[in-house]
Amino acid sequence: MSEIVIKNLNKYYGKNHVIQDVSLNIDSQSFTVLVGPSGCGKSTILRMIAGLESINSGTISIDGNIVNDLSPKDRNIAMVFQSYALYPHMTVYNNMAFGLKLEKLTKDEIDSRVYDAAKILQIEELLQRKPKQLSGGQRQRVAIGRAITRKPKVFLFDEPLSNLDAALRVQMRVELAKLHDQLDATMIYVTHDQTEAMTMADKIVVLDQGKISQSGSPMDLYHNPKNLFVGGFIGSPKMNFIKTRILKKSSQSISIDLLGQKSFLLKKTSTNLKTGDEITLGIRPEHLKISKDLKNAWKGKVFVVEKLGSGTFLYLDKEGEPLVVETDGDSKIKVGDTINVAFNPDKCHVFNANKEVI
Amino acid sequence: MTFFNFIVYVVIGVSAVLSYFVLANWAHDYLVGKFSKKNLQDSIFRPWIFMAPALIILLVYLIYPVSETIRLSFFDNYGREFTGVSNYVWALNDSDFRQSILNNFLWLIVVPTTCTFLGLTIATLADRVWWGVFAKTLIFMPMAISFVGASVIWKFVYEYRGAGNDQIGILNAIIVYFGGDPHAWIAIPFWNNFFLMVIMIWIQTGLAMVIFSAALRAIPEETLEAARIDGASEVRIFFYIIIPFLSETIVVIWTTITILVLKVFDIVLAMTNGQWGTEVLANLMFDWMFRGGGDSGRGSTIALFIMLGVIPIMIWNLRRFKMEQER
Ligand SMILES: Nc1ncnc2c1ncn2[C@@H]1O[C@H](COP(=O)(O)OP(=O)(O)O)[C@@H](O)[C@H]1O
Ligand SMILES: [Mg+2]
Repeated sequence: MSEIVIKNLNKYYGKNHVIQDVSLNIDSQSFTVLVGPSGCGKSTILRMIAGLESINSGTISIDGNIVNDLSPKDRNIAMVFQSYALYPHMTVYNNMAFGLKLEKLTKDEIDSRVYDAAKILQIEELLQRKPKQLSGGQRQRVAIGRAITRKPKVFLFDEPLSNLDAALRVQMRVELAKLHDQLDATMIYVTHDQTEAMTMADKIVVLDQGKISQSGSPMDLYHNPKNLFVGGFIGSPKMNFIKTRILKKSSQSISIDLLGQKSFLLKKTSTNLKTGDEITLGIRPEHLKISKDLKNAWKGKVFVVEKLGSGTFLYLDKEGEPLVVETDGDSKIKVGDTINVAFNPDKCHVFNANKEVI
Repeated sequence: MTFFNFIVYVVIGVSAVLSYFVLANWAHDYLVGKFSKKNLQDSIFRPWIFMAPALIILLVYLIYPVSETIRLSFFDNYGREFTGVSNYVWALNDSDFRQSILNNFLWLIVVPTTCTFLGLTIATLADRVWWGVFAKTLIFMPMAISFVGASVIWKFVYEYRGAGNDQIGILNAIIVYFGGDPHAWIAIPFWNNFFLMVIMIWIQTGLAMVIFSAALRAIPEETLEAARIDGASEVRIFFYIIIPFLSETIVVIWTTITILVLKVFDIVLAMTNGQWGTEVLANLMFDWMFRGGGDSGRGSTIALFIMLGVIPIMIWNLRRFKMEQER
């Protein structure tokens, strides 16, 4: 069942059309991640769901009710901000109890909810402190705790981990995923970090300049990007892109020019393509193999070697962006070596001149 | 010629100060290096060398006058004969003095509170209307006027001409226009105190408003949004989130204006000179000290009472300042 249904949502800031006809279904108890580069409108969508931002046209419904004109407090949501947005003059306890007091819950009920949340987040010892006396990670826990105590239907997170250091971010990522399992709540999570999206999401919604570029499960987006933008955005290191043209097109396959070295046969085709069309070939670093095989291969010179332990990334010199190849962690290849790289034709993505996949 | 003199004095003054620091520092290094094996950096004398001018100025212009005032308060009107506490006994029994104490209290209660309240209200509301900037400019403007200047302006506002004449004071003019009777506002005992306070409020509200405006800007929007999501109404947000955020600012403004009010003098002098029950301590002190031959004993005694009022606020301020520093 869909918890949140967004239909033809539009938002303008002056003449700036920030959200362009976005439609989206978010399943009950799912963990949906809105991801995209800075300024693509993620926060704006989230804030419209929260009721902090007005809607120019379109509707948002939560639990079957259109909430366009409801105030934030009547939407049964809670939000966690990037800046934590704690109340600085209140203790951690009061930060978490503030909303509950406004709901006029009994003292016992407030107590039990705050202690439960504190226990889940392991901040029981901090309850009497002020936000000033907490570290960034602890503050973020309090902010999450404040959201939990209200027992909302929907949790909204706006880049909650961006202000934390890398190690803490990884840790909190795991804890948030655990929290999602524990609470059975719907969570919508905004981030510009594709790793966060890939690791936490049930469903990723990739936004590009105010439009949904593609949505689906992380693996779906990873393996079947619908366009050049998603292909490049999801996955780290980035997918390699090679600009090229169609040499010959047959009914079953196309042959292309691969970096001027060899004619390369792909079992993909489309009626919209013709010989001579410009296309972009995309392939992920892990789908390139160092081998002696000369079929569907290309020779290049290594100019950077990145050793990560578990794997090694080789940067090969080519015109435009370098070609990145992933290989074993104990690879012996050095800077300056010329290596032969075989392309896995099944893992190649072909994007047409409109940047859509074929 | 005066301008030339001015330049000369500035040059002499600045170079005297500079050479004091350079020479004293040099002499210090020379002497300490000669008589002590310790590291020059650790010298306990150096801070004193650099603080000495400030300390001396403090001594001459602050400590001396205070101790002299205390001394004079125990002497007769010429400061010649010791009279014990007779000046204090006189003060406590003097009706003008009692009236002044009462009025000062009245000022103290009304003015800082009103200024703070109005300043905060205006700063909050002005951000919500398009003509807010214009309104704030208008309200800030009186800040540029001296108390005496402001008093002159308000004297015209309260100006009274006998019934039947054309009223040139705007207040009476309005009242007469609507069919009322004109009044000599500043001569109506008790209430006239408030008419004088209006002047101070008119001037100081601008200051409060500007400072509150800046402080309001510093409140992060996301915190207010978090409160909105938590279900707080705008009124609650104001009282539970914004006011605590501004508590430091409120205290600063309130104490600043309180201290100013304790010393209120110019307005009363210019408007009523303490007549019709508007006397305040500072004006009373001025009266005794410099008018009718002068009585340094009684004048000093009154001055000390003013200081007595300011001191607790000062101490409290300093403690708060220290606590802020330590945090
Ligand atoms: N209050 C605002 N006024 C004007 N433009 C805004 C405002 N908030 C956001 N924008 C613009 O809307 C676009 C989307 O912003 P936002 O949703 O914050 O992006 P992000 O995806 O980084 O969260 C950006 O181009 C931003 O400049
Ligand atoms: Mg954002």
